[in-house]
Amino acid sequence: MSSTTNPLLEAKGITKYFGTITALENVNLKVHAGECLGVVGDNGAGKSTLMKVLSGLYKPSAGSLFFQGKEEILESPRDSQNLGLEMVYQDLALAGNLPIGENIFLGREPTKNLGFIKLLDFNKIKELTNAHLDKLKINVKSADQKVEELSGGQRQAVAIARSTAFNAKVVIMDEPTAALAIKEVGKVLDLINSLKKTGVGVIVISHRMDDIFTVCDRVMALFQGTNFAEASLSNTSRDEVIGWIMGKK
Amino acid sequence: MEDKDKKIVSLHLKLMPYLEKYGILLLLVIMILVMHILQPDVFLSWRNVTNVFKQISWQSMLALGVFMVIVTAGIDLSVGSIMMLSLMILAVVAKAGAPWYIVVITPLIAGFLCGLFNGLGITLLRMPHPFIMTLGTLYIFRGTGNLISGGTPISGFTDEVRYLGHGRIDLQWLGLEKSQYLPVSLVLIAIVYIIFWIFLNHSKTGKWIYAIGGNPNAARASGINVNKILVIVYSLCGFLSGIGALILAGRTDSGYPNAGLQSELDAIAACIIGGASFFGGRGTVLGVFAGVMIMGILRNGLNLMDVSSFWQQVLIGSIIVLAVYIDVLRRDLGTRK
Repeated sequence: MSSTTNPLLEAKGITKYFGTITALENVNLKVHAGECLGVVGDNGAGKSTLMKVLSGLYKPSAGSLFFQGKEEILESPRDSQNLGLEMVYQDLALAGNLPIGENIFLGREPTKNLGFIKLLDFNKIKELTNAHLDKLKINVKSADQKVEELSGGQRQAVAIARSTAFNAKVVIMDEPTAALAIKEVGKVLDLINSLKKTGVGVIVISHRMDDIFTVCDRVMALFQGTNFAEASLSNTSRDEVIGWIMGKK
Repeated sequence: MEDKDKKIVSLHLKLMPYLEKYGILLLLVIMILVMHILQPDVFLSWRNVTNVFKQISWQSMLALGVFMVIVTAGIDLSVGSIMMLSLMILAVVAKAGAPWYIVVITPLIAGFLCGLFNGLGITLLRMPHPFIMTLGTLYIFRGTGNLISGGTPISGFTDEVRYLGHGRIDLQWLGLEKSQYLPVSLVLIAIVYIIFWIFLNHSKTGKWIYAIGGNPNAARASGINVNKILVIVYSLCGFLSGIGALILAGRTDSGYPNAGLQSELDAIAACIIGGASFFGGRGTVLGVFAGVMIMGILRNGLNLMDVSSFWQQVLIGSIIVLAVYIDVLRRDLGTRK
C-alpha cells in the first residue's frame, strides 16, 4: 500500500509504565487501509502491551493515538470498538458457555422492544451470524453451537468473525495461529487475506515467520519496548527479521 | 474389558445432553412418585402440597439470589444474615408504629443495601474472592441485626405486613372447599421466578451475567463493565434475601435472632442440586426451582414418614455429591480438551 495516503491508525510516542517497569518507550506505529502490518519481537518486547493500548484496555502513560487523522483518547475497549478498532486476543476472549452467535454479538446484542422492556432478539442474532459467517466462508454446524464444542481453528475463526461483525476498519490480532493445528493455520491466514481485500487494516502480532511472510505487507520489530526496525516485506528477508527479534541489525 | 468401557462411555455420551437438560426434573418427578407411593393419602393432598410451598417460600428467594451469584462464578455466604438483618429492621420499624407500607418496603431496601455493600466490597476493595467478603458480612450483618434488636425476638405484625408470607387466596368461587386455598407466597414465588427467568435469559444484562461466568476476560474485552454487573448481581441477591425476610415475617409473625441461620448453605445446595456450576456460566432458573423443590420435598416427605432429621441431612448431602458428580461427567464429556 502506498504510504502517501493518510494512515487509518497511527500511534505516536506511546509510552507505558507499570510501576517502575517501562513496558513501552516512545513507540510509533501506523497502518493503512487494506494493509497488513506484522509486529514482531521477543517475549517481553512489549507487543501485547502495545496492542492493549491500541484497543483501549490500557491507558498509555504518554503518547497519542490518531484514527483517520483525528486524535482519540480511548477510555475502554468500547471506545475503540465504536471507532471500528477491533482486537482478537491471544486467549481468544470467547465465553465457552455461550453459543457462537451470542459470542459474536456479546456486548452489542440486537434487541427488540416489548412495551417498555428491551428483550434480546435471538432470531436476529442467528440471522446476522449466519450471514456474517457465510460472508467470511466460515463453516460451522450451527450458529447455536456452544464455543466450547469447537476446535481451536473454529474458535479462532469465530473470534475473527466477532472482530469484523461491526464494520471494523482496523483489526488487531495477537498470535492468531499460535494455538492452531497446522492444517487450520492456512484457513486463518486466508481469512486475514480476505479481510485485507475488503479494505480493513490488519495488525498481526506473531512469532511465526510463515504467518508474517504470507499475509503482511510491512513488518516492524519491537525490542525492549522500543521501535527497533521496520521495512516493507519486499525489502527484507526472514533472516533479517529474525535478527531484529534478537536485537541485531 | 476395553469394549465394555467403550460401550459405557458411548452410552454416557448419548445420555448426557438429556441428563443435562432434564435430569433434574426427572429426579424431581421420581421423588414425587416415590413419596406418593409411600404416603398415598397424605403426600399429594391439597394441605400437604401447599405446606411444601409455604415451607420453601423464603428459601426459594435466597436460592434464586445465590444462583445468580454462582452463575458469575462467585458465591454469597451472607444471604441468611442479610435476611435476618432485614427481618430485624422490619420488626423494629413495625414496633415503632410505622404504617404498613413503610414496614413492607424496609426489608427490601435493607436487603438491597446489604447486597450493594457486598458488591462494592468485592469490586472496590478488590477482594481476592467473593467468599471472603461475604464470609465477613455473614458475621457483620447478623451482628448488626442483634445489635439493633437487642438480641431478642420481636413479635406481632399487622395482617398487611404478613400478607405475602401468610396470606391466602380463597378458591371457593371455583367450587373448592375453604381449606383448599392458594398461599400468596406460592403466587409470589411464581411471579419472582418468571421475572428472573426473563431477566437472565432475555435481557442483555442477563446474558452478560452468563458471559462473565463463562469467561470474565471475554466479557471485559467485549466492553462489558464487569464490576458494574457484579455489583448489580450482588445487590439483586440482597434484594431477594429482603423479599425472603418479608415472607418469613409473615410466616412466623416474628423477628428472631436465629432466623435464616445456615440457610445460605441450603441456598447453595439447592443451586448445586439444580445444576448450577461453581465454575460459573452454567445453570437455569428452572433448575434452581427444581433444586429448591427437591430439598423441600425430601424434608417434607421424610417428616411425614417420621424419619429422623439426621437422615435428612445425610440424604441431602448425598444428593449434593451426586449432583456435582454429574456436573463433573458433563464437563469431561461435553467439552473439547
